[in-house]
Amino acid sequence: MPELTLQQLRVAHVGPVDLHIKASEIVCLSGASGSGKSLLLRAIADIIPHSGQVLLDAQPAQTMTAPHWRKQVGLLPAENQWWQDHVGEHYQNQDNDLLTSLGFDESTWQWQIANCSTGEKQRLALLRLLANQPTCLLLDEPTASLDPDNTRRVEQVLREYIAARQTPVLWVSHSREQIQRMATRQFVMRDGKLEAA
Amino acid sequence: MSGSIIHLGPWQLGTAAALVLALAALTWYLRLALSGKLLVAAVRTVIQLLLLGLVLEYLFASARPWLIALVAMVMLSVAGREVMARQSRPFKGWWGYGLGAISMFVSSFLIMLFALNVIIAPTPWYTPQYAIPLLGMMLGNTMSGVALTLDHLTQDAWRSRAVIEARLMLGEDWRSAMRDMIRDSVRTGLIPIINAMAAAGIISIPGMMTGQVLAGNSPMIAASYQMLIMFMITAGTGFAAVLASWLGARGLFDERQRLRLERLRPPVK
Repeated sequence: MPELTLQQLRVAHVGPVDLHIKASEIVCLSGASGSGKSLLLRAIADIIPHSGQVLLDAQPAQTMTAPHWRKQVGLLPAENQWWQDHVGEHYQNQDNDLLTSLGFDESTWQWQIANCSTGEKQRLALLRLLANQPTCLLLDEPTASLDPDNTRRVEQVLREYIAARQTPVLWVSHSREQIQRMATRQFVMRDGKLEAA
Repeated sequence: MSGSIIHLGPWQLGTAAALVLALAALTWYLRLALSGKLLVAAVRTVIQLLLLGLVLEYLFASARPWLIALVAMVMLSVAGREVMARQSRPFKGWWGYGLGAISMFVSSFLIMLFALNVIIAPTPWYTPQYAIPLLGMMLGNTMSGVALTLDHLTQDAWRSRAVIEARLMLGEDWRSAMRDMIRDSVRTGLIPIINAMAAAGIISIPGMMTGQVLAGNSPMIAASYQMLIMFMITAGTGFAAVLASWLGARGLFDERQRLRLERLRPPVK
């Protein structure tokens, strides 16, 4: 059963944060911008220096190589990045089922990144993350630039992924409705501290 | 060396210097804010080349190995400083200096040792008439190549922070996340020397060949030396650029493969 544990996690003005996310549990996190939500996610993914421990399945991050850890904890940043010309070049394994369930078809692999809309890129970035099959998910506003239909669609894809793999999830969201629909538990971040909402 | 060469005296050099003075006057008149720099650089040329002449006269007469090694080390350390000065975002601390110096040292010195011992093979192999000019030409070009490479690499990494981190987040290691940037930076460092090889003999007559012909050597001997030096310079620049780019890219990441751009110095405005 995959579980994510944060112990005394500190980075910049954030923390110390102690948090345990059980298998299939979705912990939603909200709070003003600048309160440290993204910093917390980046520290968990070990992209920035931090103190304290993060464990996945009781395995501390330091016991595995950084690339392996990051593949397992699956961070979806708020701003997605693309560095090749075409969509398909960003995917090691092109999962057509997942692509279809996010509202695309197989011709999408040949699309030019420059012609994709913000919302399309956001869904494609989620697809790219899920194609890695991460054990846990850290989602930074995954539906921020999506219309209501696509928001539902992404939520459904995530629900299925989480149910199939019993994924622990830390989900940053500003939408009260979304938190109500998705959250098992929720917290608000104020000045770098987690407070029960 | 042939005795037929025309000696240049104060009158000849003074006339040539007057051309630079005229140019300085023109840039002053056009308010290009260059006349000061131009004059300082010209004065530096006079002093540095006079010193070089004196040192080489002494070196050629004595041919002591340790003295030649000392001169070589001085050349390398100045080149290392120059490489650092030509980057807009060099590494902080000693690595800003060491990165360029180590790359140039490994590449230039190894290739020079190889050329002196295997290809040209004068006796003794460290004969300063061969060693010092060869090293000078190698270092001069390698320095430009390494500086261009590192400048391109660090600027590119600085601008592409979000992309590099996005690739790390997806589980790529630093080599894979930096692959395109390493490749582009090496290419940038190598293009000048590739252009120089392509233009040699048709568009430009390289300095070394010019010197040998002026000194009375046969143009064919001059041409063969020029080829040798071109190949050495190209190999030296290329290997140094590859090494510098790899070491530089690696230096941007810590032991947990996090991108640490704070290791670069902000540009001086």
